[in-house]
Formats: sequence, structure tokens, C-alpha cells
Amino acid sequence: MKKNLKGKIALIVAVLVICVWGIFGASSGVTGKDLTEGLTKRIHLGLDLRGGAHLILQVKVEEAIYAETNNTAARIQQDLKKANLTYSQVYVPDPGKPQVIRVEGAAAASSNAVQTLLDTKYSNEYNVDSSADNAWTLTMKPTVLTALEKKTDQQAIEALSDRVNALGVSEPVIQEYGLGANQILVELPGVENESDIEKIIQGTNRLEIHAVVGGPYKDEQEALASVGGSLPSDDELKSFSPVMSTGSDSQSVYVLQRISIVAGNDFRSAEPNIDQNTGRREVNFTLTNEAGERFYDYTSKNVGKSMAVVMNDQVKEVANIESAIHDTGRITGSFSQDEVTALSKLLSTGALPASLTQLEKRFVGASLGTDSIKQGVTAAIVGVLVVMAFMLFYYRGSGINADLALILNLVILLGIMGLSSAMSSAAGGGGLTLTLTLPGIAGVILTIGMGVDSNVLIFERIREEVRAGKAPSAAVDQGFAHAWVTIVDTHVTTIVSAAILFMFGTGPVKGFAVTLTIGLLANLFTAVFVSRVIFDAHLNKLKPGQALSI
Amino acid sequence: MPEPKGSGPRKRREPVELFRGVNVDWLGKKWYFLSFSLIFSVAGIISMASHWATIGSPVPLGVDFRGGTQVQVKFQRTPDINRIREAVAAAGIKDASIQSIQSEVNESGGNEVLIGLPEQHDETALDAGRQQIVDALQAHYDNPFAVRNVTVVGPTVGRQLETKALLATLYSMAGMLVYLWFRFQLIYGVAAVVACFHDTLITVGAFALTNQEISLTVIAAILTLVGYSMNDTIVVFDRIRENLRLSRRESLPDVVNRSINQTLSRTVLTSGLTFLTVLSLYIFGGQVLRGFSFALVIGILIGTYSSIAVAAPMLVAWQEWRAGQGKAVALPAAKRARV
Repeated sequence: MKKNLKGKIALIVAVLVICVWGIFGASSGVTGKDLTEGLTKRIHLGLDLRGGAHLILQVKVEEAIYAETNNTAARIQQDLKKANLTYSQVYVPDPGKPQVIRVEGAAAASSNAVQTLLDTKYSNEYNVDSSADNAWTLTMKPTVLTALEKKTDQQAIEALSDRVNALGVSEPVIQEYGLGANQILVELPGVENESDIEKIIQGTNRLEIHAVVGGPYKDEQEALASVGGSLPSDDELKSFSPVMSTGSDSQSVYVLQRISIVAGNDFRSAEPNIDQNTGRREVNFTLTNEAGERFYDYTSKNVGKSMAVVMNDQVKEVANIESAIHDTGRITGSFSQDEVTALSKLLSTGALPASLTQLEKRFVGASLGTDSIKQGVTAAIVGVLVVMAFMLFYYRGSGINADLALILNLVILLGIMGLSSAMSSAAGGGGLTLTLTLPGIAGVILTIGMGVDSNVLIFERIREEVRAGKAPSAAVDQGFAHAWVTIVDTHVTTIVSAAILFMFGTGPVKGFAVTLTIGLLANLFTAVFVSRVIFDAHLNKLKPGQALSI
Repeated sequence: MPEPKGSGPRKRREPVELFRGVNVDWLGKKWYFLSFSLIFSVAGIISMASHWATIGSPVPLGVDFRGGTQVQVKFQRTPDINRIREAVAAAGIKDASIQSIQSEVNESGGNEVLIGLPEQHDETALDAGRQQIVDALQAHYDNPFAVRNVTVVGPTVGRQLETKALLATLYSMAGMLVYLWFRFQLIYGVAAVVACFHDTLITVGAFALTNQEISLTVIAAILTLVGYSMNDTIVVFDRIRENLRLSRRESLPDVVNRSINQTLSRTVLTSGLTFLTVLSLYIFGGQVLRGFSFALVIGILIGTYSSIAVAAPMLVAWQEWRAGQGKAVALPAAKRARV
């Protein structure tokens, strides 16, 4: 009984064409070189094949929280002063638990007033608890804390993105990593040189401008002496560590006001410039609008005084306030060209609200990546050839069937990967792209071996049926029917394994899980549907009484 | 006119068939199998114990789990390990481990060395190690080099990866057990999982015996071979289930033997083919995948073996134990397969 196979054959050919297009795209020609070019453009390679850097950074959100609570502490002090309420200190007792503020030493008589003040102004964000000795503990509310942490993470990601974009890295990945761990994943493909990575991540530092109360002093003792022996809680000591070391003053200490005037993201940009009139080098900077207001407020009241550019708790530069500054200002001084460039870079690299530490770094040089590709592809080709040769030898005519199914399986696998990157670049994002990694190539090789298993199952069954005396078409029917159950079982178990690997694995291992899964799914199609069609086509041509070549 | 091919009676070349009419008493050999498995398991366990005593973990751990720094450096001229050691020590770097990478015929010229530093507990200084190594080599060893690969893993990430690997393994085994329970019966699932444990133990033992590192990709390979071993066991179980349904009067050991013999052809062929492909990967696939392919090479052999030598005998032993308890003699046929 001849079957009508036209529809099925059309489907197979359509799938083949789509996948070939997926692999090569609209390649400019059919020479080997053109095809390879098309292929490499389509298939998205992982870092371990392309070369590049992979980093996991920890955002030290405690620093951002500490900065925030310090600011709140300073505001509380000002409020208390304005209301003429005495107190001994308002501070953050434990930098390790930065969300807690203590207010101590209020007069017993005014404790109600203090309580009211704290409740009205700060109870939105803090839980206010009073304790017996006229002291209060303010703890940042958990929701506010979480929101601040998330905001810090986001700002860090944006700052890094800006920096990476400025350096022209193609297809970087900068995103949150892990669940609620304040970690950032950075992937920089194609970063050639290992030291380039450092240049990109460097400068992830906290930047602020503080008012200078006094200085430069030779050392800490001198600085303390100038404020009468003990440091008022408004102020803090910072040592001077200039952008460019100038030798003699590199050990000075300044007394600065604790609250910053402007900080971090308040800076929009900064660039070096030469004053037309004086010929001196300077740094022109711009602030955001909101920060500009604040800055104007401060500078208009403090012309002639100094302010310090502080990075990571070290004074980098001290400048005079020459006039009220709105949101565009200049920092002048006897700068050298290098100093001016370094300072501008410092200000403009969107300094971060919290510092970052590296938790993990992996870097694969492009040469290792190319070698890995070569080796992986060689192993794959050898594997395919060996399997194909064996199937031909052992199953004769049906071996051709198996080999065709195998090749189609690979074409579909690669095609789907190519299509995924085509589709996601059309959709404007990298979200759905399937990436080929080195273990991914191993996954392809494994698919070959495990995929051909389905064929073996079916063919062995068919042989059994033929031996039992059934006619070719009945034998083929029975073979496929019996083997189907086992094929489903084996594919499901391996795909479940692969799914778990995908959930728990890192980048390269995910690539392995992906190619294995797609390969096995494609195998269900080729080993069962396509093989069947080829058998049926062959059976249609068999004359009655002719044996099946298997 | 030449006779058209395939028409009329002609001498049919016998198909190549390796396992026609095989009739081996597999279950009878179970004591041989048990001793074979025991020898390898025990050898593995002893090796793991000795590793534990010396380095604190049963198998050498790759930098993924151990934490620390690993720099792969390719020199222009043949590297002298002793000179490198001196150079690193001269720069004041302590506890560096230096080994040269075996170069294969097809790798790009060899001359590669792996320099490792132990785990840094201070994460702020995480990257310092790499820089120190590079500086030391530049200062004290006159042999131009290029850095091919750097891996730096801090303790936080190291712990995360360990946890992930462990969870993945546990979920895998649990998932398999549930699936097999659902498709067959609990005892089938248990027998299969025991076979998988056996395979994992021997494979990890092989790493201990050959002193190879276990990295994340090796864990991926081990999970894959768990899946593969399951596959293999399922094929045999499927046949057992089918035969049990067909013949209610045969004793279970006979049915199991017959099922194994019937599937032997397929088992050996598939394992053989898959083995050839991963062997190709081991030989040609390069140094980065070496651990991964080694795990698969061993795993596929053992996985095939365990379906016949561990899972099937366990099934029969369970029934015999039940019979000894006076319970039903024949293992009830498993649930009807739903296709």
C-alpha cells in the first residue's frame, strides 16, 4: 500500500530550508569562506569561544546606607539645633549595622519635644524607639532599606554601563546577578587585553565634594589641635592623597565637613579645558539640575572658602570657591595636562554610590577561544564521520536513512541557534539568543551519539520483526510503534537532566544544557518522523517480495 | 539488458549482526559483577580517603570550588618549571602551584603553564594575585608570554558554586526517581537510582585515582552520565515490563535474563557509538574539556555496565526478598505505559 508522502516531504524540506537560512543567513556567496562568514555572524558564541571577560561584582550597599544615615544624622542635628534642643551626639554607632542611628544626651525636660520632632520628621523612614537614658534609636524601615539597596544596585549598573559603552565594547552584559545578593554580572566579549578589564572596572569609586573647614595640616594631631583637641561631630578628618602625587604635600590632613555638598551621581560630566584668558588648565564640570540648586545655595554663601574633591575617603583635590556656582563650574589650579585629564575622568565617570568588590573573574583570551573552537569542531566532525560510517556498515541501506536523519538533526540544531540570534536581534534585544559555548559543542557531539540511539532502537526492532517473518511494511510499522515508548522515556530523562543543569549551571554549562536539549528535541523529529518518511518512501518503491535492506 | 537490482530471487547478504541468538545467564554472573564493582568502588574510596587526608577534599577540586587564582600562560619558548618557580618565589608570592599543561598533537604549540594561587579570604584583594604573577614573570623570567586564560574565584562565589553543584545533583536524582516511579514502580526507580549512585561513585573514584580536578563542567558531565545511565536502565526495564506483560508464567530471573539478551544488541551498539563520540571529544576536544570528556568516557562504559550488572540484579533480589517474606512471588507487571 503506497502512502501519500507529498505533504510530509514538503514539511521536511521546509524545515531544512528554514534551518539552513538560520545557519548561514543571507550569505553573500557559496564559497567556503562566505559560508563560514555567514555562519560566524549568525551563531552567537559564548565568552569561552569568543574570548572576553566575565566578572561578578559585589555592591557594598552598606556604604550607601551608611552615607544615607550619616546624612540623616546630620539633618537631625540641624533640626535639634534649630529647635534649641540640647543633645550630646547623633551618630551611627556601628558601621557594620549602618541602618541604625542613635540620638543621645538630650535633656530630660525636653525629651517630649525631641520625641515629637523625631516622630514628625523621621518616622516615615525610620522606626523611632526611645530608651530610658534620654536616648533614641532610629532604625531604617526594612522597606526603605530594601528600596535603597535596589537603588544602589541600579545606580551601580548604570554607571558601569556608561563606562563600558564609552569604551565601545560590543554586546556587553551588565545586569543583576543572583537573587537579592546585591551582585552584578558583567560580561565583556572581545575584550582583548586583560589589563583593559581593569581599566574599565577601575574608578568604581565613591566621589564627593566636601566643604573644607581647615587644612592642610601636617598630620592628624595638628588637625585636631586646630579644632580644639576633639573633632566636632559635624566634621571629619580626611587625608590628602592627590590625583597626581606631588611629593611633599602627599601626607597632609584636612578637616572637612561631614556632609557632602554634592556627590557621585550629581555630576553629569566633566572635561579638561584651558582658560582663554589666563591660559591655565582647568576642569569644567556640570551637575544635574537638582544638585545644581544645592550647589548654588552653598557656594553663594561661601565664596572664598575651599572645597575638597574626595574620592574613597581621600581628598584628591582642593579648590577655591571663586563665585557662586549653579550647575556649571570650573575647578582651577596649577594643573598639569595629565592632572587635568585624570581629574575630569574622575568626575565624569559617574562615580558610584557604593564601592564594588570583585567576587569572581574569568578571562579567556581570544587565542584560546579560537583554539577551543577548532578543537571542538574537529572532535564533532570526527564523531559524526565515525557514527555515519558505522551505521552504513551495520545497517546497510537503512544506514543511509539514519545518516540522513543525523545530518538533518545537526542542521536543525544549528539552525535553531542561528534563528534565535536572528530573531532576537530583530526584536532588538539579546534576551532569547541561544549561545554556543565550548561545553555546548560537547553537547552537540553527545547529541550525535544519543540521537543515533533512537535509530538503533527502531532498526533493531525492525530486524526482530523481519526475523519473525513479517513483511517489510509491517515490520517497519511494528518497529516504530514499539520503539516509540522507549524513545520518549530516554529523551525525557535526559532533557530533565539538562533542565536541571540549566537551572543551576553557570554560562558555559547552560550552553551545554541548551544544545543537548535542542538536539534531543530535534532528534525526536528526525529519528521518528523523518526516518519514517524515508522508510515509507523506500517502501513505496519496493517490489512485492523484495527484502528491506537493514 | 542487465538484471535490475533487487528483482527476482537472489542471494541476500546476511546483515551484520553482532548479537543474534545470544543467551547469556546474566543474573547467574551477578557475583562476578558484584566483585568487579566492589573492587573499583573500594579502590576509588581508598583513593578518595587518601586525598581527603592530604588535601582536605576527596578529589582534587578545580578552581571553581577551591577558590583562588589560576592563570594560564603561554610562553614563547619552552618553559622551565623550576625557573618559573624561582621567579614567582623571588617576587614574594607564597603557595603558588605551577604545572605545565600537557600539549596534544593538535594543540597550538604547547609551552603552556598553569600557575595557581590559593583562595584569598579578603575579597577586596581578589585580583591582586593575578597581577602579582604577571609582574613576577615579567621581572624575573626572561621568556615572553601571553596570558591565555584567567580564572579568579572568591570564597563567596566558590561557596555558591558548591551549593549549586550539590543541589543540581540531588534534584537530578530525585527527578529521575519520581519519573521512574511514575512510569514504572517504586522498586524500579530505586534500582535505577542505586545504579546511578554506583556509576557516580566509580567515576568520581576514577578522578581521584588519576588525580584529575573536578570543575563545574565535570559536574555537568557527571549529571549527564546520570541521565545516560538512566536511559540505559530504562531500555532494559521497558523490555522487562513488556515481557512480563506477555508471559505471566516465567520466573522473574528468566524474564530479566531474556530481556537483557534481547536488548543487548541495542545496548552495546548505542553505548559503543556514544562512547566513540565522546572518545573523539577526549582525544580531539582539547585541554579545556579534558576533565569533562574523561568523565563521560568512564561514565558511559560504567553506565552501560550498571544497567545489566546492578539495576537488574537488584530488581530480582528485591523480588526474592519479598518471596522470602512470604509475599507475592511474581513482581506485578508495572503500570501500563501511557504513550
